[in-house]
Amino acid sequence: MTYALEISALAKTYKGGFQALKGIDLTVEKGDFFALLGPNGAGKSTTIGVITSLVNKTAGQVKVFGYDIDTDLEKAKSFIGLVPQEFNFSQFEPLMHILVNQAGYYGVPKPLAIERAEKYLKQLELWDKRDEPARALSGGMKRRLMIARALMHEPQMLILDEPTAGVDIELRRSMWGFLRELNKQGITIILTTHYLEEAEMLCRNIAIIDGGEIVEDTSMKKLLAQLDVETFVFDIKVAATVAELEQFVEQSQEITYRAIDDHTLEIDLNKSQNLNQVFAQLNAANIEVQSMRNKSNRLEALFVSLINKKSSATKTKSQSAAVGAN
Amino acid sequence: MNNSIALKSILTKEVQRFMRIWVQTLVPPAITISLYFVIFGSLIGSRIGEMGGFDYMSFIVPGLIMMSVITNSYSNVASSFFSAKWQRNVEEMLVAPVPNWVIVAGYVGGGMCRGILVGLIVTLVSLLFVDIQLHNIWVIIATVVLTSATFALGGLINAIFAGSFDDISIIPTFILTPLTYLGGVFYSISLLPDFWQGVSQANPIVYMVNAFRYGFLGISDVSLVTAFAVIIFFIVTLFTIAMTLISKGIGLRS
Repeated sequence: MTYALEISALAKTYKGGFQALKGIDLTVEKGDFFALLGPNGAGKSTTIGVITSLVNKTAGQVKVFGYDIDTDLEKAKSFIGLVPQEFNFSQFEPLMHILVNQAGYYGVPKPLAIERAEKYLKQLELWDKRDEPARALSGGMKRRLMIARALMHEPQMLILDEPTAGVDIELRRSMWGFLRELNKQGITIILTTHYLEEAEMLCRNIAIIDGGEIVEDTSMKKLLAQLDVETFVFDIKVAATVAELEQFVEQSQEITYRAIDDHTLEIDLNKSQNLNQVFAQLNAANIEVQSMRNKSNRLEALFVSLINKKSSATKTKSQSAAVGAN
Repeated sequence: MNNSIALKSILTKEVQRFMRIWVQTLVPPAITISLYFVIFGSLIGSRIGEMGGFDYMSFIVPGLIMMSVITNSYSNVASSFFSAKWQRNVEEMLVAPVPNWVIVAGYVGGGMCRGILVGLIVTLVSLLFVDIQLHNIWVIIATVVLTSATFALGGLINAIFAGSFDDISIIPTFILTPLTYLGGVFYSISLLPDFWQGVSQANPIVYMVNAFRYGFLGISDVSLVTAFAVIIFFIVTLFTIAMTLISKGIGLRS
């Protein structure tokens, strides 16, 4: 089977001796919406840098749609569209020039490039700015410009390195819609992000990288299934007194409630419990619920626990090594 | 992959860049050259008399044009490529399937376009001060094309190594300008003592200026064959260095 991306034993050690990647393995299927998560300095951008040939690897193999970057680099590059983390276009060039030139680098003839530039600038609501220099754009517009630029050669795989960093909520949601649409059209999308909610909303598969190693590589579903406890927030319709709520909290057995204020209750529900039990208890106490929502920290909690697990394992290892040395 | 489209894109971008800032790129050489003509040609030149059988003004015209070509082809690539590194938009090309030779040819071609265009402007300005005669137009064209290619390649290598804007002004200030002034622009090297004539022969700009002067006036301190051989040697050497540096990703890839 040919994968959109196949990485094996990929290692990168920078000049100063910093080992950014310690032999990672990763595969991304064609058409996938894949998240690569990790804390700052984990190796996400280095991985993307190697795939896109901006970083020279120290060891390992990378194949893009079956083409090895060591032997078929130009072919491999033709499949990839990159939206980098930092703005990397000329601030002085007009948007149209940036897009048409970028298409030219991939061999797209000028008339077709102009057609595509118009299409993407309109889709990303930048058409009015087409003749302005890029420096005149707002931060969100610059991010959208980089997405348009990455699509100019109609790549089969789009790599986005934190595309919604610093973008407001409305714009972020419209970008999510745009990316979902691209994925529906069959474009493989690989995303790194700090917004874990973003990965949860968009991606089907996920890998978590930390300290240059992959600590988890699974489907989003399976990852979230690892969560033992899920937290729900209830908005109470008629404000109960804090004392009433506290009394309810104290009397409730099996299920753990927390009174946040006189309008809000929070509960942690484990896998053996269900929401019917919760509603039965609330009904019995005459507490009327206006709305309920899932506290959106599920992936965050899991992410932190995975990273912590890894760092404590590393600590234990180094402690044993130290004891052994004594 | 159609490399000619990629090459045309880089070239177009480069030409658009120096045309967009024409006040900084095309006007100053015209002003500088006018000052040279007023000072060295009219005021001082009239007291010097003839050089190489021609009045001083006619003698220095080819050198002054060549000086502009050298400076502009070098600085165009040095500042454009370094600026692309600094703003990181060089990554637009590095992530695309553009062969390294196309990147080199595109930037060098851009530098040559500016060098030749400035050369033309300076030639037109010269016509206001002196009647220019043409001895061999093909030698003029060949010299200006090859010289601009040589210095555009030099500017590219400078930009590849440069880590700051200071680094792209050090070479022009401390190496290029002295070599140009001592390259026979303002005098015939035959006027120098034997020792300094020998030293001058190690200066590649001497060959370029003399070949160019031959095209206009039919006189040269060095043989034309040697001059072209030296220029071509520099082009091949600098092109090989530039290709090696870009292939290895020096200053471009971490």
